[in-house]
Amino acid sequence: MTMPASESGITKRVVLAAADIDRALTRIAHEILEANKGSRDLVLLGIPRRGFPLAQRLAQKIASVDSSVDPDLITGQLDVTMYRDDLRRNPTRSPLATQLPPSGIDDKVVVLVDDVLYSGRTIRAALDALADLGRPRAVRLAVLVDRGHRELPIRADHVGKNLPTSSRERVRVHLAEIDLIGGSAVNEVVIEDRA
Amino acid sequence: MKHLLSTQDLSARNALRLLDVAEEMAAVGEREIKKLPALRGRTVVNLFYEDSTRTRISFEAAAKRLSADVINFAVKGSSVSKGESLKDTAQTLEAMSADAVVIRHPASGAPARLAASGWIDAAVVNAGDGTHEHPTQALLDAFTLRRHWAGLGGMPSAGSTLAGMKVLIVGDVLHSRVARSNVWLLTTLGAEVLLAGPPTLLPVGIASWPCTVFYDLDDALAQRPDAVMMLRLQAERMNAAFFPSTREYSRRWGFDDGRLALLDTMGLDDTVIMHPGPMNRGLEISSAAADSPRSTVLAQVRNGVSVRMAALYLLLSGDPHDEHDDETDDPTALILEGRTL
Repeated sequence: MTMPASESGITKRVVLAAADIDRALTRIAHEILEANKGSRDLVLLGIPRRGFPLAQRLAQKIASVDSSVDPDLITGQLDVTMYRDDLRRNPTRSPLATQLPPSGIDDKVVVLVDDVLYSGRTIRAALDALADLGRPRAVRLAVLVDRGHRELPIRADHVGKNLPTSSRERVRVHLAEIDLIGGSAVNEVVIEDRA
Repeated sequence: MKHLLSTQDLSARNALRLLDVAEEMAAVGEREIKKLPALRGRTVVNLFYEDSTRTRISFEAAAKRLSADVINFAVKGSSVSKGESLKDTAQTLEAMSADAVVIRHPASGAPARLAASGWIDAAVVNAGDGTHEHPTQALLDAFTLRRHWAGLGGMPSAGSTLAGMKVLIVGDVLHSRVARSNVWLLTTLGAEVLLAGPPTLLPVGIASWPCTVFYDLDDALAQRPDAVMMLRLQAERMNAAFFPSTREYSRRWGFDDGRLALLDTMGLDDTVIMHPGPMNRGLEISSAAADSPRSTVLAQVRNGVSVRMAALYLLLSGDPHDEHDDETDDPTALILEGRTL
């Protein structure tokens, strides 16, 4: 569905609505449990900003399947700002907090969670950041949207939706925990095109 | 932000941003691997025309934790003692492609001269110039105060200000760049600043400063400050008779055991005692006060590294050709740029 352009020349298309996001996350949560053969040693690390609420939602869903899991004890946030390879090419970024679960990440199975997988450079930075924090037994990657155009040999283990896009387009993920649009919290994935 | 020269022209927004970044840097200092790759391949020169231990070591540790290469340039044993001018030294550093110059100089305004002269492209950080300013010391004091103040209010320190806090600065304000930088910065961050010192050690024109001045330490303490910052008596800059004897100074202006006990009897349980170091124990601060649980002296040193990491990171990252990098601090605006995802 195409919505009226809010600014001249930009078309917006909702590709995932709230219910679609929820279904995709439910499936990813089950995939994570299946791949890990249960919830043992599982740690979900969200990449700011929108990866963190996604990690929290996944942890909730995992806890609703496996009652031995406390979602707060397996969720964390991993800031990758200082590990980016484009610090000199963009305006200065302020680092955000890194918070690991109390059990740490040594010998855990860490699932990195992000909203959109694009060039793969953020994930490269995340892997470097992780190496400075500990030594997980395995690292996996879960993303809500994979839009292609990879610039590094990086692949997601769990994908909510594969979205073929042109690099001219922008993929915007709005999550109720962070995004207020017109005063109301919204869950949606939108593709914007400056046609 | 291209240079960090003074706190007088630092906006509240930039100051808070620096303190917030310093919070994240402090978290790195608690990790097993205390190193970030953010400034890999960049060169930071410590250019010290005056003696310093903690400031130079602190800048060196900060630069190294950000993976920058550090060149320490102490004036003793360098060509400066052969009469080399600041300009020639600066151009030498430029030829060695320094990305940042941390300068301490006995002449007020030397860092500003270096930044404005066009001799070098590097970012200039003022690490203390004459009796003018010492911005990173004020920032680390503000950081220490903010953690204390936010902790009392039960709030996270990131994002909070010093609103409602009363800070008393005592002693040799005349020679103190620390006092000047703190007066501007703490006021910018919302604190109320009180100054106390002998009239001979207060500068001319102090009436125009945004603070209240007391000529008796006990009168100032009666205002129930939330923090008392003792300044070092700068004997090396004393070229006139500013007070009759050190003993009299200590009795009237020193934070001695009696005044430490006074804080308890006044019920000021949460008032902290600060000192920028190095301390003249028994002169402006007694050993009991310096070592009491109220003292933040060691926390200040620890926080100094975090604050200087934040300053170096903010000065040296970002697109050097982008003049507006201070304006785009909304992380969402950056993350949503398609190419950075």
